[in-house]
Formats: sequence, structure tokens, C-alpha cells
Amino acid sequence: MKVGVVSFPGSNCDEDALLAIVEQLHEQAVMLWHKDHDLQGADVVILPGGFSYGDYLRSGAIARFSPIMQEVVAHARKGGPVIGICNGFQIAVEAGLLPGALLRNESLQFRSLPVTLRVESTATVFTSAAAKGALLTMPIAHGDGRFVAGPEELDRIEGEGQVAFRYVDATGAATAAANPNGSMRNIAGVTNRTGTVVGMMPHPERALEPLLGSTDGKVLFESLLSLTKA
Amino acid sequence: MKRFRVAVHIVPRKGLLDPQGKAVAGALHTLGFSSVGDVHVGRHLVIEETATDAAHAERSVREMCTRLLANPVTEDYEIASVTPA
Repeated sequence: MKVGVVSFPGSNCDEDALLAIVEQLHEQAVMLWHKDHDLQGADVVILPGGFSYGDYLRSGAIARFSPIMQEVVAHARKGGPVIGICNGFQIAVEAGLLPGALLRNESLQFRSLPVTLRVESTATVFTSAAAKGALLTMPIAHGDGRFVAGPEELDRIEGEGQVAFRYVDATGAATAAANPNGSMRNIAGVTNRTGTVVGMMPHPERALEPLLGSTDGKVLFESLLSLTKA
Repeated sequence: MKRFRVAVHIVPRKGLLDPQGKAVAGALHTLGFSSVGDVHVGRHLVIEETATDAAHAERSVREMCTRLLANPVTEDYEIASVTPA
């Protein structure tokens, strides 16, 4: 398996995502520059966190039009796996790969803290190795992470199993207090209809080493390995 | 072809929580502007556009709003003015 990590001007989690693949999975990973026009044979694309293009206009709005994103969208349309983390989630949403939108946190504060997530769907390329209902701890670090969608769209993505992760408390309950940004229905991550594109605000690539407080991000990257066995 | 200056207002969709607007309203109340109701914080863009006439300039900017300037999920836009540049 070869994983391509897209580096935009302002990306700051691209190296972490690359290391996650190389050091945790011992798979091939290649950095893809935003001006590139080809994915260099990558089977999986990671859109990493950061502040691409300074988050001008809206988070992810400009990055979406970069040359590499045309290739990423084409790859996703053919069923190719794409993972968007934090800013990468915002970019995937702006590119129309995932439903909804991400707005300024309800608190108006940049929130950097560990959160607990409940795995809502295991029918995705990034959660297939996790148990449904499993609780995972990993950090968030964002100012624009409030997931919103129209009421009908929200019911549709819930009904079709497109909610991948929810913010919950230590007991697994999706409470308002456990919701760090005011996301509708505590949604922390979503997937497309086929489970091949996943976007999430929390950072699994920052939850791989015991030294950093959690290794719960591993199961998400290990899920990618099922792609090679398939 | 003529040059036009097209002004666009982009505002959060009604009914969506607008924490920036709420914070600004709170600050205005603190300053004593007790008559202030809801406040909404959006963006104001001024785009210089070359077109045959004002109608074409406006149509072009509307397409820009649809494709990039406004998020169709969360924002509404209105053309505030089209004036010769």
C-alpha cells in the first residue's frame, strides 16, 4: 500500500501523518505537493491538518481548488480512499467529498485538548479495525470545528450511517459538556455513502505514542491495512 | 467592455448559530446600546469585474458566490451594488 499525504502551504500535520504510515504501519508514504498534478500512484490519500492557504475566505475553501485536489477528487470519485483530518476534513467538505460544513467553534475559542470519541460506524476505510461503540481518546486543536448541516441533510447522514465519530463523555454519552465546539449532534467525523472518504476534526496521528498521552489513534491507521489484504 | 465594482454581502444563514454575532451583540449591550437585537457577522467583498454591462457583471459575481465565495450549506449572499469602477 502506498499512502500520499498532501502538503498545502500552511499544512502542519503532514509530517506526523507521513510518520504514522511509515513508523506505525511500515507502509510506503509519499508527500504530495499542492501544485502537483498526480498522486504518484498513491492508493490512499491523507489530507492533513493545518491552516492551508491561511484559512482565507473559509477554512479549506481555497485549498479545494489547488491542482492536487482535482486529482484527489477524481481518486475519491473512483472509490479511492481519502482521509481528511482537521483542516483536511474542512478541505474534503469544501470539495464536496463529504456532507455538511465546519464553522467557528461555538465558544469562539481555539480548543486544544484531549477528547473522547465514540466510534459510530465501522463500515469505513478508517474505522474497519475498530469496534462499534469503542471509546477513543485523542486530541483536538482547532478553531473552526463546529459541524453543521441542514436539518434534512443531518437526518439523512444519520439514517444512512454516515456519522463516523461522536464526541462523548467518559461513559460514552454524547452530552453537551463533552462537545468541544458545538457540533450538531456531537458529530466529530463523517464518512461518504460508501465509507471510502472519512473526515474528522480530532487528530489520530497525534495519538500514536504513549509519551503523548494516548495510542488510540493506532486503530484508525491499522484499519487502512485491511485495504491491502482485500 | 467596461469596468465595474461589484459589492457582495455574505452572511450566515438565518437560524444557524452565529457565535460571533452573539459576542458582538453582547459587547454592544455592555457599552450601553441596549436597543441592539441580534447581530450577524458576515463578509463584505468588493470585486472589480470587466463586463459588457452591469447585468453581466452581476451575473458573473453571482456565479463566483455559488462556486467559491459563499458556502451553500451555511451562508447566503446578496449583491449590494454594481457601480462603474
